[in-house]
Amino acid sequence: MNDSPFVESLRWLAEPSRWSGPAGIPLRTLEHLGYTALGILLAALLAIPLGLAVGHTGRFKGLVVATAGAARALPTLGLVTLFALLMGIGLTAPLLSFVILAIPSLLAGAYSAVESADRATVDAARAQGMTELQVLTRVELPLGMPLLIGGVRGATVQVVATAMLAAYVGNGGLGRYIFQGLGSQNYPQMIAGSLLVIALALVLDLALLLIQRLSTPRGLRAA
Amino acid sequence: MTHHSTRRHLLGALGLGGIALGAAACGSSDPFEEGDTGGGGSGSDGGGESGGGTIAIGSQAYYSNEIIAELFAQVLEGEGLTVDRQYQIGQREVYMPELEEGALDLLPEYLGNLLQHYDPEAQAASPEEISSALGEALPDGLRVLSFAEASDQDSYTTTAEFAQTHSLTAIGDLAGVDEDLRIAANSEFEVRPYGSEGVKEVYGVDVSVVPVEDSGGPLTVQALLDGDVQLANIYTADPTIAQNDLVVLEDPESLILPQNVVPVVSEKIDDAAAAAIDAVLAELSAADLVELNRQSVEDQRSSADIATDWLTEKGLV
Repeated sequence: MNDSPFVESLRWLAEPSRWSGPAGIPLRTLEHLGYTALGILLAALLAIPLGLAVGHTGRFKGLVVATAGAARALPTLGLVTLFALLMGIGLTAPLLSFVILAIPSLLAGAYSAVESADRATVDAARAQGMTELQVLTRVELPLGMPLLIGGVRGATVQVVATAMLAAYVGNGGLGRYIFQGLGSQNYPQMIAGSLLVIALALVLDLALLLIQRLSTPRGLRAA
Repeated sequence: MTHHSTRRHLLGALGLGGIALGAAACGSSDPFEEGDTGGGGSGSDGGGESGGGTIAIGSQAYYSNEIIAELFAQVLEGEGLTVDRQYQIGQREVYMPELEEGALDLLPEYLGNLLQHYDPEAQAASPEEISSALGEALPDGLRVLSFAEASDQDSYTTTAEFAQTHSLTAIGDLAGVDEDLRIAANSEFEVRPYGSEGVKEVYGVDVSVVPVEDSGGPLTVQALLDGDVQLANIYTADPTIAQNDLVVLEDPESLILPQNVVPVVSEKIDDAAAAAIDAVLAELSAADLVELNRQSVEDQRSSADIATDWLTEKGLV
């Protein structure tokens, strides 16, 4: 009991009973990953096509960049509370907030991916008679893939670190440990929950970093 | 603008240091603590004279607690004392050490929570028992004055409609309800003695907790009104209970710790000051506290205005 809360939190994590059952760490981690994946997926469906279109055509760039930048400033806890008051507790409110949180990074990744392609290469593709869609999908996108995945990576780390807020309005996830620990002055549990979120964020970040490296086109790797 | 005010704060802090050093030279206590007392607040008072006859009054970061603190502040000012307001201090873990060190002299507390802070295993159940147990449990130099009728405690609250449908008046009546009961509450409700395990043990009622982490605030109330849950843990002095025609289920077995308002004070509060505070507590009924809170939440009035009106109405200032 007199150990530091950090030592206590490791002991909390080492307790075998915490690794099973409906409130166990594996299930809570899966819930947490599920909220993250769902948020990123929905955000990607919106942001990536929009980002690609903006990057390819160059139209509305100022507007999109400014809107995405402003969206970054929205406090996610405020959004969760606002949406939950409007739509009730449950998964919808936090999910919508995660989508809003993820969009700026995904959007920036998508349009900068397209923009990064060498203009001479793009012009050469057009000169060969490629349609605009072919230019996008066969030239710009493959060349910019690392940047696009970089955007996914940034958004994923942000959302996985924020997904604890799902537990604020009646859901599961690793936030349950954190909020309960905070409310009952069980600081070892709170720290343990935070460590789990940190570990998850690091694992996802490294995995996406690896994918980012692998996605670099062979022709660009030497340079 | 910010640069200027930062510099002024710095100068103020330096000035305070000077005053504190002067006080130390006169044989008073640790200069750094003196400095903390004066400089720890919002800084708007620019560092008045600390020590001597000044009573430092704190409050929790909870609007209702600040109103009660303001009631005490104004009656003490009425007694001719100088008051230093140090409101909106977050957690018990932060302000209790301040009281123990003498940086604060008075803070409105709640019986059950205060006792649990010092003695988590405490068995006391009635307000009287808790009050006398606190006499033992509090550190040297601190004491509680008498407690008010007004309390602000956890509850099993439901909608009028649900209560009527299942003829509910007390928590125990929930045992006869033939559906899965869900209660919106902070997630620590699961591990509290009055929470889901306690209610099973004392009343034989099964409830599952739907964690909504705003401490009985608007999200919790909304979840209840939306029908996402049948029950909610809402603090009993919350004006939304009356506003939404909610029903607080009775607790004849004293499952829930009483949380009557009780001031915790340092030795700086002498008999005359204690008598003035006691007079406020004697008048503060449960309905009064709800009404004071209502004026803050609904009418958006300041705690100072709310306190002045109430004290005038009761003839206390």
